[in-house]
Amino acid sequence: MAADDFGFLDAYAVREIRRALLKALAVPGYQVPYASREMPIARGFGTGGLQLSLSVLLPGDRIKVIDQGADDSVNAVNLRRFIVAACPGVQPVTRTAEATVIQTRHRIPERPLMPGQLMIYQVPYPDPLQIVEPREAERRRMHAEGDYARLWVKLYEDVVRFREVALSNRYPARVHGRYIIDPSPIPRWDLPKLHRSAVPHLFGAGREKKIYAVPPHTAVEPLAFADVPFEVERFRDEQGRRRRCARCQADDTYLDQIPLPGGGSRWQCNDQDACDERLGYPDAR
Amino acid sequence: MTSGWGTPMLAEPPLLSVRGLTRIHGPGCPRCLDSTGDAAGRNDCPHCRSVVAIAGVDFDLWPGEILGIIGESGSGKSTVVRLLHLDDRPTQGSIRLRGGDGGCLELTELDGAARRRLRDTRLGIVYQSPHLGLNFAISAGGNIAERLLTAGERRFAAMRERALALLARTEIPRSRLDHRPAQFSGGMQQRLQIARALAPGPELLLLDEVTTGLDVSVQARILDLIMELQHELGVAMVAVTHDLGVARLLAQRTIVMRCGRIVEHGLTDQILEDPQHPYTQQLVMSAL
Repeated sequence: MAADDFGFLDAYAVREIRRALLKALAVPGYQVPYASREMPIARGFGTGGLQLSLSVLLPGDRIKVIDQGADDSVNAVNLRRFIVAACPGVQPVTRTAEATVIQTRHRIPERPLMPGQLMIYQVPYPDPLQIVEPREAERRRMHAEGDYARLWVKLYEDVVRFREVALSNRYPARVHGRYIIDPSPIPRWDLPKLHRSAVPHLFGAGREKKIYAVPPHTAVEPLAFADVPFEVERFRDEQGRRRRCARCQADDTYLDQIPLPGGGSRWQCNDQDACDERLGYPDAR
Repeated sequence: MTSGWGTPMLAEPPLLSVRGLTRIHGPGCPRCLDSTGDAAGRNDCPHCRSVVAIAGVDFDLWPGEILGIIGESGSGKSTVVRLLHLDDRPTQGSIRLRGGDGGCLELTELDGAARRRLRDTRLGIVYQSPHLGLNFAISAGGNIAERLLTAGERRFAAMRERALALLARTEIPRSRLDHRPAQFSGGMQQRLQIARALAPGPELLLLDEVTTGLDVSVQARILDLIMELQHELGVAMVAVTHDLGVARLLAQRTIVMRCGRIVEHGLTDQILEDPQHPYTQQLVMSAL
């Protein structure tokens, strides 16, 4: 197939990654090993997400690349430039609604995703058990037997010591009632967006050579005790009011705290394109 | 089933039935079993160099009973415990555990996940070294919670409550709930191991040299605790020890092992008062 020779990767690599993707979608949350290729960027800089994007993109697609919610950070700009150069006929965009493929590092866009879109994540550590077990062979056994007690014990110890689970991102979640995944370093805020989402979420860990996925309309439940519920970031000010974005005044988005030179700080939307869109600015591309 | 007048206790089926339990480390050969054991005085086969850790071990354990296993080091006591706790698979033999519904489960045929589930819900083990039985990186409560979590508990408050109850039962102050085991005394660590083992309400508790290495007064408190728990909870136990005093105190029946074989078994008092096998005689003599 001609499409297999498209987009930097050779045809065999594309086929292998697509096969791994199909398996990952068929077994939600299972980490499928694959032969991660050398990329023209260093391992750990998004090679997993990049390989996924290159193997699913076709001419006519529109790609959005974000890094911590920004379309114009160094990592996002470099990856987008490379993808567009390697995939003739693929248009770069920043508007979430216009993108067919969204490659992301650490955020899910604020605007709800629509059927037909694909989310692709750059994943540094694919295994949620890594925080409790250093040996990979042992972790594979634990996943196979559904032996997640030690992860639960970590949650128990956190609640005892801090009265809440001390994980701001990479919060473990159970997919389809079976495998527990590391959702990549997205903030807690984004985790509920994975639950019964309209689009497939594809996770690529290039350095760790793993691919996993959350298919559309699949249950994703954050790990939590029945009587200590999972909570997202609250963004309250000293008076307990919800903070607003200093630019677009939104009070329902994930905010960044930006320290000001004279002390104090300013809060604004982390998802830069959603903020721009609300202000009526055109697509930054 | 009717239990008429005068029906002896033994009419009740055993909780655990072990038959022909054998564990050979190494290739094994047809002459292994004949060349090792009590009569040969060795447990390594001179022909193929395999180690016959245990061979042909048979015993039954009734609900609520404590069975003692005594023998010198290398006699196969700990291998029996490892096999009963499903940490290792036997070369031959069967281990049957009776369920609440009267059905029997053949433990040697279970797959990995089923073995784990059984170990997590129906078995408990207390090791000689607290470092084997406890996780020193987490709190005492966390150690107990881990067992409850593996058994499927997901309510935080319920786990705290159960952990506190178990600490109280094993005479550890409530204020130590969130302390790490490293901050505990040796006797307290051992009692915490017992609390952890009992957390999911197991039917069978395995005690592997639980008092070895503790000073005498601490030993006595641990043994008292174990006997109280047996009275209260009616949990069946297998107590492995090389200390005849411990066996005399805890066990109603005792098995004596040497070179991987059972050389004598019977009521504990009988064995200690009137040992039949030369090895047991020597053991009893040397204790006096």
